[in-house]
Amino acid sequence: MILERIQNAIASVETIAVTATDYPAKGYHLDILVEPEQLVAAVEVLDKEGFFIEAITGVDLLSFDKARKKPVSKKTDDQAPAEEETPPPPPPPPQMEVVYDFNHMEELCRVTVRVRLLRQTPEVPTISGVYPGADWHERETHDFFGIKFTGHPYLVPLLLPEDADFHPLLKDFKA
Amino acid sequence: MSTTVIDHTLETFELNLGPQHPATHGVLRVVLTMDGEYIVKAVPVLGYIHRMHEKMGETRTWAQFWPNTGRLDYLGALSYNHGYALTVERAAGIEVPERAEYLRVITVEMNRLASHLLWFGAFVLDLGGFTPLLYAFDDREIILDLLESVTGARLTFCYFRFGGVYNDVDDSFLTGCIEFIKRLRSRIPMYHDLVTKNIILRKRLEGIGILSAEMCRKYGATGPVLRGSGVNFDVRKHEPYSVYPEFDFDIPVYPECDSMARYMVRMDEMEQSMRIIEQAIAKLPDGPIMPKKKPKLIKPEKGDYYGNVEAARGSFGMRVVSDGTNTPYRMKLRSPTFSNLSLFGEAAEGMILADALALMGSLDLVIPEIDR
Repeated sequence: MILERIQNAIASVETIAVTATDYPAKGYHLDILVEPEQLVAAVEVLDKEGFFIEAITGVDLLSFDKARKKPVSKKTDDQAPAEEETPPPPPPPPQMEVVYDFNHMEELCRVTVRVRLLRQTPEVPTISGVYPGADWHERETHDFFGIKFTGHPYLVPLLLPEDADFHPLLKDFKA
Repeated sequence: MSTTVIDHTLETFELNLGPQHPATHGVLRVVLTMDGEYIVKAVPVLGYIHRMHEKMGETRTWAQFWPNTGRLDYLGALSYNHGYALTVERAAGIEVPERAEYLRVITVEMNRLASHLLWFGAFVLDLGGFTPLLYAFDDREIILDLLESVTGARLTFCYFRFGGVYNDVDDSFLTGCIEFIKRLRSRIPMYHDLVTKNIILRKRLEGIGILSAEMCRKYGATGPVLRGSGVNFDVRKHEPYSVYPEFDFDIPVYPECDSMARYMVRMDEMEQSMRIIEQAIAKLPDGPIMPKKKPKLIKPEKGDYYGNVEAARGSFGMRVVSDGTNTPYRMKLRSPTFSNLSLFGEAAEGMILADALALMGSLDLVIPEIDR
């Protein structure tokens, strides 16, 4: 019911992808990927439908594909060494993800909103104007990843020391 | 911290509550801007016991993270064990034998009773009544002894494993639980006589510390805080997990939205936990406590997974991201009191300091879980 309603309502926002996920295997129902510019509009749709905010977090995708890619490329090297004349395309610039989790109180429907950002300049508008509870989650995400939430009223360290200039959950962070 | 522009015509002053203060239940600091007895602004300052559990999750294997889950909320640690178990079992596709599920429910609910009892004592202590704390500790001690006999720990439990639990229970534990429930059932009416019906307590709580359902939604507050605002939301019913659907129990909901409503929700929840434990012990099936076939090394498929349980303080969620290796790529802990406390700044505005402390007590804060 609510899942259908939100799928219809989210159509009014320009999204990159809206995927219905396999709930028993994944733990959430809907996965919405949007551009940073459309984030607030998408979140406003969820707010109108009565969703509550569960959490906001980041994922640094710097080394996400490394673990699997290396052995795979070796295999293809062994199998088809003749076709190595064309140089491989340059790797896409590393990205970061901000993940927003929402849930509904009346009926179970967990919606995940994602934003992909360039790792060099991670900036995304704040949603604390829509959900005041996002304030702390965004400050925490800023602490851990250095993601800048533009328009945030008070983006100072929440959990890290007040003079912290490091972001421990970045994959290239060295203690 | 004092970046706020203070209008001196108001004659306000700053009051520093904590980080070491009996009413903050741990190392929490609140910077209060006061106008006499009234709070103009309240800014909680967190992070005094931040340990970066989420980074620790990325530097060890899935199984090595178990002890961390017992050190988030040290009063209801088994719920956090459970949340981690559910999430990784979902990600790796591990089946749990029925007996293990029952043992999980029994121990988690016993832990919830212990947590609520301690909250009861500490909350009344906040309000100036010392004696109930000693009564509550007397009861809670029995639970800790019982859980110790099974899990080996009294506080920072690490009892669950992927696929089950690590130790089976014996008859002395089960009869001990039944005996304890009999005892607590006879004690709760006394608590109501001594504390709930006390006119001083009622004057401190009734109609004070109003948190509307809409405010809870905007801040993501869950658990007894939300149910004290008239919303029937409990993860055990809303998103049934483990063997909870097999038990008959109610979700106490109070629509008054005040500190008293949150107090009553927790008092009533104790009875419901006892009902669940009784049914679980009566129905406890025989069988193994760990699955026969379980991968030695956990390597969930690439992707992200969400798991959610009802902890003593609200909905505890975990978002894990796996890159297909034996080490988690990202481990997000969504702790309930983090969200529950985040509304304190807005709620405390305009309150008298003593009432705001009662409100803070009724939120049932556990700081290590907020700071993680």
